[in-house]
Amino acid sequence: MDKPVQFPSSKVELIIGKGIVLRGDDIDTDRIIPARFLKCVSFRNLGEQVFADDREESQGNHPFDKAIYKDASILVVNDNFGCGSSREHAPQALMRWGIRGIIGQSFAEIFYGNCLALGIPCATSSSEVIKQIQDNIENFPNELLNLNLHSISINKNNKNWKLQIEKGPLEMLKSGRWDATSQLISNSNKVNDIKRSLPYLNNFIIGKE
Amino acid sequence: MSSGTLYDKVWELHKVAVLPGGSTQLFVGLHLIHEVTSPQAFSALDEKHLKVACPERTIATVDHIVPTVSQARPFADPLAEEMLKTLEMNCSNHEINFFGIGSGNQGVVHVMAPELGLTQPGMTVACGDSHTSTHGAFGAIAFGIGTSQVRDVLASQSISMNKLKVRRIWFDGKLNQGVYAKDLILHAIRKLGVKGGVGYAYEFAGPAIQSLSMEERMTICNMAIEGGARCGYVNPDEITFNYIKGKKYAPSGINWENAKIWWETLASETNSIFDDEVKFNASEICPTVTWGITPAQGISVNENIPYPELLEEGEKAIAEEAYSYMDLKPGMPIKGLKIDVCFIGSCTNGRISDLLAAAEIAKGRKVADGIKAFVVPGSEQVAREAENRGLHIIFREAGFEWREPGCSMCLAMNSDKLEGRQISASSSNRNFKGRQGSASGRTLLMSPAMVAAAAIKGKVTDVRELIK
Repeated sequence: MDKPVQFPSSKVELIIGKGIVLRGDDIDTDRIIPARFLKCVSFRNLGEQVFADDREESQGNHPFDKAIYKDASILVVNDNFGCGSSREHAPQALMRWGIRGIIGQSFAEIFYGNCLALGIPCATSSSEVIKQIQDNIENFPNELLNLNLHSISINKNNKNWKLQIEKGPLEMLKSGRWDATSQLISNSNKVNDIKRSLPYLNNFIIGKE
Repeated sequence: MSSGTLYDKVWELHKVAVLPGGSTQLFVGLHLIHEVTSPQAFSALDEKHLKVACPERTIATVDHIVPTVSQARPFADPLAEEMLKTLEMNCSNHEINFFGIGSGNQGVVHVMAPELGLTQPGMTVACGDSHTSTHGAFGAIAFGIGTSQVRDVLASQSISMNKLKVRRIWFDGKLNQGVYAKDLILHAIRKLGVKGGVGYAYEFAGPAIQSLSMEERMTICNMAIEGGARCGYVNPDEITFNYIKGKKYAPSGINWENAKIWWETLASETNSIFDDEVKFNASEICPTVTWGITPAQGISVNENIPYPELLEEGEKAIAEEAYSYMDLKPGMPIKGLKIDVCFIGSCTNGRISDLLAAAEIAKGRKVADGIKAFVVPGSEQVAREAENRGLHIIFREAGFEWREPGCSMCLAMNSDKLEGRQISASSSNRNFKGRQGSASGRTLLMSPAMVAAAAIKGKVTDVRELIK
């Protein structure tokens, strides 16, 4: 199967693709996309720069450079993935490289939210299950995985592992309402009500120049 | 579930609606933007032909990419120039107040907003930067957001969010001489871990916190995110109100009185329920230095680098990675480790009290041979005040470079970078691999006074030995 070219745009229910394993805890967003690549006004070119420094250090042996993972779209990581900076450039870089779903033991909060805003599910499981999935992908990298958001599980050649996805994000992904902008705007009357009720915007006004 | 806390009160006040997925739509009271995480948000807005909903509640400055040697336009770096131009254009098109270079108010966004009186108790504050937690020092609920959420705030003055749990971190005692707010937060992160705060807001409380200045409280809340907590806060009190009073955007006259009456109702109730509570004794904390590649890998300056056998199971793998990357061995003392570069600045420790503490150590001394040491004030206001007090002269006479304000080598998006495997003593907030501009560069986090001491001695030093 070729790497997906379309970015998520509607309901996210089933992601089918090869897996890619990236081991290690506390992999921060500076490593996912080093700060020098943030010097841009568009996310367009970030896919090539994902993990730039780690890849250079590994001299071709980094998972994101290995031929067996070339077409992968489901990333399997360990604990506290995406910690540190709030840069959305990190999930943007992963998405533009080809990642459409991530499975790990846990995720940093802002990273998780940034992925959701792009329609990329971050599913979790215990460290034992994650290790099983990672070992299996490394042993059989060409087998396709089915990341199913209805059964909240991942399937791979008769193997099935249960996963967890928080209820709110899960509903947003399945219903295609993970892109919050239009919902937020549709409540503009309620936003204005809050604006008229907040003490600091009404009972006292901030100073003027 | 928490109740009666400041977090609960501010959350309730800003709740707009429950969204179909079950998340809360939360009103954003103050939105801060800068050149790195906003351009794509404005592009998305323009693509959808959307207007900025409340331009008067968004404030912009430029900080991450600005050079600190010459800030003459156009910048030497064309990409940096393009980013600033884009921000200027977006602010102008959408009628957003922008504090640019030379305005007198430009600075690191988390230094700028508080010193202008923009950050106030009881607000929700959002910014496309994880260190937005800084503003929690005022009793605000402040959190970092990604670019899609910057777009959402611009378009609707609100975001989709889930309520966090609240952990109270109580500090008894008081800080000893030579021990600073930075040491206190590095100690807490060491004990609670870099992911201990995931899913939580951190309330910092107790006698040791109450006695801290606003700038010290900002240092602590700034690094809540390094412990995994998206926001950290301190209950507002007289110290908070006195700091805000008279600032450019602070209420005045009868408005001030009304503001204070409301602010005084915001602190967590004495019978608040917290989801979790932990206690530390500030009197037991020593000057702290990180030795590894996460902010939780910190030790007292007189401790040795930990042996893996003594670490918790979950910390071993990352420790092994750190020994190798940092080229340090278990059992080695951190004190005496030779350093190459000293950086004083950042949204964590680039305020006037930080520069004063460092200048006190630098005064009448000389930076050791071969050490590159530089001071980057957090904002134009900080620079002005430091220069009025003659700090720039103290630093220069000691052999430090005195630079223009910006984020600088905290994340090295300008030309201030480590080279090769250089080791920096840094007053910033992250010691991640490659963070300071060299893919193999190494960072030791510590307080600004400890950085100054390291610069003088050319190696990691217990600042208490240099305090007169």
